Amino acid sequence: MLDDVSLKLESGGALLLTGPNGAGKSTLLRVLAGLRHPDGGSLLWEGEPISQDRTAHASRVAYLGHQDALKPSLTVRENLALFTRAGGGDMQAALKAVDLLHLSALPARLLSAGQKRRTALARVLLAQAPLWLLDEPSLGLDAAAVDLLGQAIATHRAQGGLVIATTHVPLPLDNVSHLALPGMPDQSRGWWGADETDLTGDAA
Amino acid sequence: MMGLFCAVVTRDLRLALRHGADTLGAVLFFILTGTLFPLALGPSPDLLRHMAPGIIWVCALLAALLPLDRLFGAELEDGSLDQLLLIGLPPSLVALAKITAHWLTTGVPLLLAAVPLAIMLGLPGSTLPILLAGLLLGSMVLSLVGGMGASIVLGARRGGVLLPLLVLPLITPALIFGAAAIDAARTGLPWAPDLELLGAFLAAAIPLCPLAAGAGLRAAVE
Repeated sequence: MLDDVSLKLESGGALLLTGPNGAGKSTLLRVLAGLRHPDGGSLLWEGEPISQDRTAHASRVAYLGHQDALKPSLTVRENLALFTRAGGGDMQAALKAVDLLHLSALPARLLSAGQKRRTALARVLLAQAPLWLLDEPSLGLDAAAVDLLGQAIATHRAQGGLVIATTHVPLPLDNVSHLALPGMPDQSRGWWGADETDLTGDAA
Repeated sequence: MMGLFCAVVTRDLRLALRHGADTLGAVLFFILTGTLFPLALGPSPDLLRHMAPGIIWVCALLAALLPLDRLFGAELEDGSLDQLLLIGLPPSLVALAKITAHWLTTGVPLLLAAVPLAIMLGLPGSTLPILLAGLLLGSMVLSLVGGMGASIVLGARRGGVLLPLLVLPLITPALIFGAAAIDAARTGLPWAPDLELLGAFLAAAIPLCPLAAGAGLRAAVE
């Protein structure tokens, strides 16, 4: 599906993955998160292959998938409680950053799609991880929330964090590199024929 | 790491509390199937007393299987499994935390419900401690083996049908020893060896099942 993809990010860097539907953007993000094994190629963090210790890599990653991964019956706070413990982030600050303080006691089933997305973004903030992997983070967000997202990403990068995001719409990001994935997978090369998928994260 | 483990268990307990009907479902199923036997077999006290250990154990096994299907299935569907695997716990500990929550929400209530069922079926009071000790060990084994099975069939089509076919054969030793211990206690034979074998089964399942379950979870999100 992905072939000859090579990318390298330095501290504070941001990368936007673009490409048509089915180009493999989400798959690449899952590989970078360590959730999926690449069929070939290597993935390095500060020169070390991440497959050596996937649990250690997991604690360096904050992943926002397609799905918001919220339990409808738990409140916003309860949904995030586990991740406060995991990342050691400040719940109050994270909720404030995505403007959800006033809704924090509501069960997630009562939230709108955009509010659910913001809750999922709060989870990314709580993880306190150097590498953010965001799969279409602006999905369902209104203009004000997209601004909040831009601010959160800018703060994260100013602290030396890395951001890799897939998107179909412009995101408010400064000096960002782009990686446009080509269209349909080349069937003759198999489903996942990456020769060299190289990520050198160098976060502070 | 211990704190994270407890946080996952707490989250699952809170979820179980919010979905009280689902949680109680297994216990009600246990009591209902147990009460069907006197109706089907006839009210002969001798016959029921003789069959009680087997009835209780089989019903408990089947009841504990009910919520297993959703144990990891719900997490996979809403994307929570990705997040659970990224919180920094090894996958086997994530699986063990979920299995612990399953035991607390299913195994322990079944244990409590077994007492009235045993009395109803006419088991002598002296065998009740043996029944409870056996079920205590047995329900833990069932949560462990069941959790392993649930993670292996995760993402498979018709996984809910596959799950009992996978778990029930693996759990038969626990059923044999558990029911035999009660029988031994009822007839005055030594019951300790049966419980010890059950304990040995549990001792093997505690390290092995979470490992296999963790591998299953990793494979499911691939």
